[in-house]
Amino acid sequence: MSDGFEIQYPGSALGNAAPAPVTPRNVANRGGEQNASAAALRQQFGDAIARVEVVWGVTNVYVRPERVLDVVRWLHDDSSQRYDYLSDVTAVEYRDLEAPIEVVWHLRSLPFRRELRLKAQLPKNEPLEIASVWSIYKGADWLERECFDMFGIRFVGHPDLRRILMWEQYREGFPLRKDFPLRGRFSRAEQLRQALAANPEARYSMEELSIADAFEDLPTDMRKRLKGGERTGE
Amino acid sequence: MATQKRTVEVALSTTGVDAQGRPQRVPLVTADDGSPIAVEAPPMVEPDLAGEHMLINIGPQHPATHGVLRLVLELDGETVVRCIPHIGYLHCGFEKLGEYRQYNQILPLTDREDYLNAMGNNVGCAMSAERLFGIEITERCKVLRVIACELSRIASHLVWLGTTCIDIGAFTPFLWAFQQREYIYDLIESWVGARLTPTITRVGGLAADIPDGWMTKLQKFTTDFPATVEEIDKMLTKNGIWVGRTIGLGVMTPDEAINWGLSGPMLRASGVAYDVRKDFPYYDYETYDFDVPVGTNGDVYDRYLVRMEEMRQSVRIIEQAAKRLPDGPINVDDPRVILPNKSKATSEMESMIHHFKLVMEGPRPPLGEAYVAMESPKGEKGYYMVSDGTSKPVRWRIRPPSFVNLAAIPKMVEGHLLSDVIAINASIDIVMGEIDR
Amino acid sequence: MGLTPRPEHRVVEYNPTSQEGWVATKLEFLVNWGRANSLWPMPFGTACCAIEFMATAASRFDLARFGMERMSFSPRQADVLICAGRVPFKLAPVIRRIWQQMPQPKWAIAMGACASSGNIFDNYAVVQGIDTIIPVDVYVPGCPPRPEGLMYGITLLQQKVMRERMSDQVIRAEMEPDPKSKLYIPPPVIDELSEPFGNSVHQTRSGL
Repeated sequence: MSDGFEIQYPGSALGNAAPAPVTPRNVANRGGEQNASAAALRQQFGDAIARVEVVWGVTNVYVRPERVLDVVRWLHDDSSQRYDYLSDVTAVEYRDLEAPIEVVWHLRSLPFRRELRLKAQLPKNEPLEIASVWSIYKGADWLERECFDMFGIRFVGHPDLRRILMWEQYREGFPLRKDFPLRGRFSRAEQLRQALAANPEARYSMEELSIADAFEDLPTDMRKRLKGGERTGE
Repeated sequence: MATQKRTVEVALSTTGVDAQGRPQRVPLVTADDGSPIAVEAPPMVEPDLAGEHMLINIGPQHPATHGVLRLVLELDGETVVRCIPHIGYLHCGFEKLGEYRQYNQILPLTDREDYLNAMGNNVGCAMSAERLFGIEITERCKVLRVIACELSRIASHLVWLGTTCIDIGAFTPFLWAFQQREYIYDLIESWVGARLTPTITRVGGLAADIPDGWMTKLQKFTTDFPATVEEIDKMLTKNGIWVGRTIGLGVMTPDEAINWGLSGPMLRASGVAYDVRKDFPYYDYETYDFDVPVGTNGDVYDRYLVRMEEMRQSVRIIEQAAKRLPDGPINVDDPRVILPNKSKATSEMESMIHHFKLVMEGPRPPLGEAYVAMESPKGEKGYYMVSDGTSKPVRWRIRPPSFVNLAAIPKMVEGHLLSDVIAINASIDIVMGEIDR
Repeated sequence: MGLTPRPEHRVVEYNPTSQEGWVATKLEFLVNWGRANSLWPMPFGTACCAIEFMATAASRFDLARFGMERMSFSPRQADVLICAGRVPFKLAPVIRRIWQQMPQPKWAIAMGACASSGNIFDNYAVVQGIDTIIPVDVYVPGCPPRPEGLMYGITLLQQKVMRERMSDQVIRAEMEPDPKSKLYIPPPVIDELSEPFGNSVHQTRSGL
């Protein structure tokens, strides 16, 4: 058997003198200690950083949407930041319908044991588009697809942006938007009818079908639909 | 791999030597009258392998997919060339539901989401909610929640063990594991009344305090349980079949694992010693004496070893927690979140108003947001809650470790055999309830 | 409100004692006894109820005493479809297809509140009870039902199987909603029929 990988320890960049992590106590609502990366970001990117605030102990950095990819790439590559771990990519829509949708990235630096929250605000009167961080973090693949599925935010640069939790021909809309009612837009009978009308055996994407010569074996109506440019065989 | 090239020794009808002086071979066919006809050698054709790939579909209803997961595999014989997973067959709109529920009403949802780690999820969600409210829970509550988390971890790993053994072919450990799970169910049931979906926490405290004699039963469990782990260990760890079926499969290097966002035993088996309990601790985990197992090969066998060791370490933590359990109240003394005593609510005006508001409207946190991560048996689990000051969150986001772990499956199964796909899928320890939410 | 009397059903006059003889009755008993005590379940397990189902099959509660330890994951060899867990709309055609693939005689148990009625998931994604998709014989409530609860549901199903009559031609018929038949109700008519309380998109509950 081979030697195996060398074990990587979080906090390796902090040095031996750094104190061991402790459970946070009595975390303040606002005004806690800022993450050191916030100051470094301001210095590096200047006006791309709209504002910084610390909410319940986590530093929120508001970034302009068009600079997000540069900021994230710098945070990942810079040797004094090394945010190598992407925890989450998600979005928040507020109940005030005029407020912009915020796309939120939760980043962690394992070598420095730091946590950072990046936010970008997308106003609703423009198309909801933001850069994809897939080129930096492969883990963003499915997370961004889910964000697209639930909110309709397009991630520019994502290799395969399509719905992941709902089926691709889902017509009711984007479920987590605030104007989407809890029970959906169609009646129960109609939802059931649409769901049952889908042929479960036909759910192959064009990508999958191009693999094999199975195209010839498909039923004619499905072949017609796929040739017509439908993204999947659903 | 049959080629169509054939060398045919034939009678030469030419001078026998080509321009370079090498012997020339030409296949010879005789015409009807016997005279020789020279024909050209057929061109050598490589058979078109791509046309021989098979597309097969595993799931969504399948015994070995650990839930409703659909894997579309492109196979070259038995070797996987490409894998495309499809999820969403258990999408139940948890996050949407969370926006229509008060903070205490969200907690039962967390049971159903990762149903193997129900108590752990309850604790994680309550932890986020308490961060959002700015509440410090009591010491007794902290220790009891640690015990709940670790019992949950053991229970989840037991299901993982049982189902993985069934997938790989060993049926007996499933029964042993589920027998131990029954003992854990007995403990939870005597504490809070339900087996699988306990909803053991409330914002600011617990649903109920442990009954009398519960600690004795817990100690009996921690004394007897390691024997089962040893028994299963003895049966599997050095078993030729088990080792042969799990070694070298689904390897993720440490850098890949970090970049793909893996967490939990998947990440630790690949050599990255990241455990949220050690690196971003909560509930005084830094004061407990326990080890974090880390593998160095990143394959299925290492993940198995990591999870087995985690079960033993969880028993250690439970024993320490049981020793240090302090007396005192389990609920924080804050009338904004905790219901007052019934006797006070019916006699004091202020308590009655608090009771009314808490029941009708629910506790209201200040404006803000909180993301607190905990170490679930599957990995880094976090609940991100955004509040606008009302009793229902604006956004309730579950950071699902299995979702991010499963995204790496196309990378892990490439080049392996079909039966290995099942083993690798089992080693990720997925829970579709958490993936699809 | 648009409720017209349904077209007349053809009523079958059904008098077992005159229609069946002694041999047929005993044969019927034997067949039903064989079927009831060796129901091979098809565990259509999706969520938490599937874990309780596994616990019921494990050693403490032991489904093997009912002849059900042979889980058939292929619908072609199964007798009873136990739908354990919530069924979202994306999974609805799958369970329908699996039900169609099961050969007669077949029964269905809706295990848990999610399979029975949709449970707490009254939202855009979840089927509000699988009886909207397949015919269900026994509903086992609970979230999740205790193993004893599931076993009680199984014994109820066994009693139902024992009560079956060979001369009853309707029970083994495959029910399909043919749009041309008088059994099929198109969705707009369902919506109209279930006003004002049914089909929850049109409901108004306080605050939701």
